[in-house]
Amino acid sequence: MKLQSPSQTVGPFFHYGLLPGDAHILADESTWGEPIWIRGRVLDGDGEPVEDALLEIWQADAQGYFAHPADPHHLRADPNFRGFGRSGTAGAGFAFRTIKPGVIPQMAVPFINVRVFARGMLVHAVTRLYFSDHDNAADPVFAAIAPARQKTLLALRTEAPGGVVYRWDVRLQGPDETVFFDLHG
Amino acid sequence: MSRTSILDWSIQPPYLHTPYVATVRRAPHHPLIPLASSLAERTGPVYGEGDLGPLDHDLTRNAAKNGEPVGERIIVHGQVLDESGRPVPRTLIEIWQANAAGRYIHKNDQHEAPLDPNFVGAGRVLTNERGEYTFITIRPGAYPWKNHPNAWRPAHIHFSLIGQNFTQRLVTQMYFPGDPLLQYDPIYNGIPNIKAKERLIACFDLEHTRPEWALGYRFDIVLAGRDQTYFEGGR
Repeated sequence: MKLQSPSQTVGPFFHYGLLPGDAHILADESTWGEPIWIRGRVLDGDGEPVEDALLEIWQADAQGYFAHPADPHHLRADPNFRGFGRSGTAGAGFAFRTIKPGVIPQMAVPFINVRVFARGMLVHAVTRLYFSDHDNAADPVFAAIAPARQKTLLALRTEAPGGVVYRWDVRLQGPDETVFFDLHG
Repeated sequence: MSRTSILDWSIQPPYLHTPYVATVRRAPHHPLIPLASSLAERTGPVYGEGDLGPLDHDLTRNAAKNGEPVGERIIVHGQVLDESGRPVPRTLIEIWQANAAGRYIHKNDQHEAPLDPNFVGAGRVLTNERGEYTFITIRPGAYPWKNHPNAWRPAHIHFSLIGQNFTQRLVTQMYFPGDPLLQYDPIYNGIPNIKAKERLIACFDLEHTRPEWALGYRFDIVLAGRDQTYFEGGR
């Protein structure tokens, strides 16, 4: 067995390396499904916005299929959707233009996998975004979380002039600290 | 040898490492909640050659305006493996770094050192079938930061690896052998295991120097995971 390489912080100056072009735009008119925005902020233990964090999202297409060979349905996945995006948090926070994912076969509700990187985080944090307009209690991962903390994973559906916006903040610390996961094999 | 966490927490740095002051308000306090891998974690973004430009791997040329960047030209190469020693092919590596004077092009970098009109300091490459990669760049300079009095970051290149699925993601930094600043660096010293710390120090590689042109460094990277078979036999 080889020793895995340790993580180090992304630091404050990752924009030129990790945010080329429109990394936060996952979908355009050709993408199947309901177009949505996901918007929010990353907050530190004082409740202050973290302006040098980086969020990554990974999600299924509108049918619940991933564009990756480990998905048995990948050949039928939306050819105009990779499912991966990045956003910085400078200014108003993060923003993703994407589509609402479909439900993965044999799962109960849609969700999006999220990673948080920041200066001051030697190792990234992993969380999930669930949608407020679904009965997420049917999802075993969501249901296993203490009820008082479940809301930290819920993105709130709002209708805005520019379309549907899901609002969701990530709290790194504090009374409403977001639920973060340890991935198991 | 039973380990269920994909990240090996005996060698990965903790969230809270008080000598690195910025961790104090940004470290989650609750214990992490175990999450068994589902299809959403056994998949991840896939990249191909079409995603890359011809000069993306060469930081000495990919931002050149009217000449070559200033500094010591270096070749950084290595192999990406998983924990069972299996090469990780066709994975995206992205790097970013300061210039030879220790200055990032980023607008928030206030270090009083010159920018280089011919250097942005960002590059990308896909590993080949054997998990190998090569970048050509400039050796970055050390630079001061405000973590503690007279704090200096050791020279480093930031590395980001997508891996073959969601669980293999790694963001780390490559350091240079013999750097006297390493012993004082709270970011490097956040790693709790001496062998793991050594993993992040590139080896000088005489065989991969290009005579009369550039020095070579080898930097191998081991991603978490032991059983990644999805790409076997090509696609």
